Amino acid sequence: MAKELVKGNEAIAKAAIKAGCQCYFGYPITPQSEIGEYMGAHLPDMGRVFITAESELASINMVIGAGTTGTKAMTSSSSCGIALMQEAFSAMCCAEVPGVIVSVMRGGPGLGNIAPAQADYFQALKGGGNGDYHLIVLSPSTVQEAIDLTYRAFHLALKYRNPVMLLADGMLGQMMEPAEFGEYPYKDPDVTEWALNGANNRKPRNIVSLHMPEGEMEILTNKLFEKYERVAKEETTYESYMTADAKLVLTAFGTVGRIAKSAVQKARKEGMKVGLFRPITLFPFPEKQLNEVAQNAEMILDLELNKGQMLLDVRSAVFGACPVEFFGRTAGGLLTPDMMFEKIQELYKKLEHKTEAGVR
Amino acid sequence: MNMKDISVIISGFGGQGALFAGILLCHAAVLEGKHTTWFPSYGAEMRGGAVNCCVNISEGDVPSPIVDKADAVIALNDASQTKFESRVKTGGFMIINSSLVHIPTTRTDINYIKIPFNDLAQKLTQPAFVNVMALGAFIEKTGILKIESIIEVMKDMSKKVSAKKATLLPNNIECVKFGANIIKNQLITV
Repeated sequence: MAKELVKGNEAIAKAAIKAGCQCYFGYPITPQSEIGEYMGAHLPDMGRVFITAESELASINMVIGAGTTGTKAMTSSSSCGIALMQEAFSAMCCAEVPGVIVSVMRGGPGLGNIAPAQADYFQALKGGGNGDYHLIVLSPSTVQEAIDLTYRAFHLALKYRNPVMLLADGMLGQMMEPAEFGEYPYKDPDVTEWALNGANNRKPRNIVSLHMPEGEMEILTNKLFEKYERVAKEETTYESYMTADAKLVLTAFGTVGRIAKSAVQKARKEGMKVGLFRPITLFPFPEKQLNEVAQNAEMILDLELNKGQMLLDVRSAVFGACPVEFFGRTAGGLLTPDMMFEKIQELYKKLEHKTEAGVR
Repeated sequence: MNMKDISVIISGFGGQGALFAGILLCHAAVLEGKHTTWFPSYGAEMRGGAVNCCVNISEGDVPSPIVDKADAVIALNDASQTKFESRVKTGGFMIINSSLVHIPTTRTDINYIKIPFNDLAQKLTQPAFVNVMALGAFIEKTGILKIESIIEVMKDMSKKVSAKKATLLPNNIECVKFGANIIKNQLITV
């Protein structure tokens, strides 16, 4: 299949349709409005459902409704819009309702601005919803990966009966590059075992997130966390680029990861042993794999478009194996390859100085 | 000049078609089997507002869609020259729409190609397309793609737009060819 030039947002929408998304519920917000526009232009003609909801809160609750019937459904929004959905995410995790949420991050806090940012890592990973729960969070860095991970998001949502978030940023949403739409590659599980599909000739079912009897909620939560462990074991993915001999390993997710690759290439040309470790699944975080890389490295430099959010997971994974430095910009400020390169040079000099002095 | 990899910033005011010129360039790159990225300024693309896009074309992967310094800048208005003159790599060049840009240039380590696109385009055809004429000049200057690829992309696009818009195809083709000829036949001496 030939590659076509496609915008990130449109690629996500088109991939969702190819993945069999039957319902889209959303409320427009920059920088992801093209997702809703594409869905609105195509879903009704296909006999599928497109609703511009009255709010983000309504959108995500419509996703819950569709999800309880085992129907593939999706919503998309950006930072402050996603903030309004947190209560529903918690409920979906508890009631094991599948659904896909696309979060195209912009500058914050507050209404912030519309520039690319990554300051909603905590929002996606550490939740604004209540209770012990996890979204599965996938982080694309290219338009091609946005397509592939959209497919994967729909599959994982049904496979684990859990909401899955595709966490992108304004840069990926707005940029264009060539990409390929293959066929949806997954075989989804049968949903008739649990879906609310009409209690004709069977016992009625109830999908809820309220569990009052003593002990029931703890049993359920433990069960959820056994599931999360399974997800971690089977679904963790990451990209490890030139890390084998790297003294300095960059960590970055999403578009920052691809920009960091340019910085790595530049550093390598200058003879510096620099590599990149890019988590593709943010939950499950590739903790063990990053730790292995850190064991052989002398320093980690975490790069993010925020004030240091994934940094906490990086530190936790590295677990003291080597020092972890942070370099970031936020609220719409971009990290360019040269900015990263200068930081790399600064840290690399320190490393060489230390090695010469025999101090490690 | 026959370049294999290039980064270019195309900038102007909303309505001049800076973003669209970038999209045409990317489509043509895809047609020639190259890797490419297009990253626009977004949110304020209203008529009169400042807009720009950064385009990368490469034989290999393009990791970063943004560049610190570009090989070339196409400045369609004076605000673009002010904003992006410092972002051209040493040894790079800047194509300036001298119909609208009247401020002095400030660097000695880059080349300036000043072409009065608005005046030329309006003499050539009505309605006229300054953006595609500048694109024609850029492609001829760099040799990064074939002019025929841009024309093929425009022909293909004209099939997907309204009949009224599609009638503008011949003018577009004329403008892009004329832009290339300006460089090829050195119609403008800088």
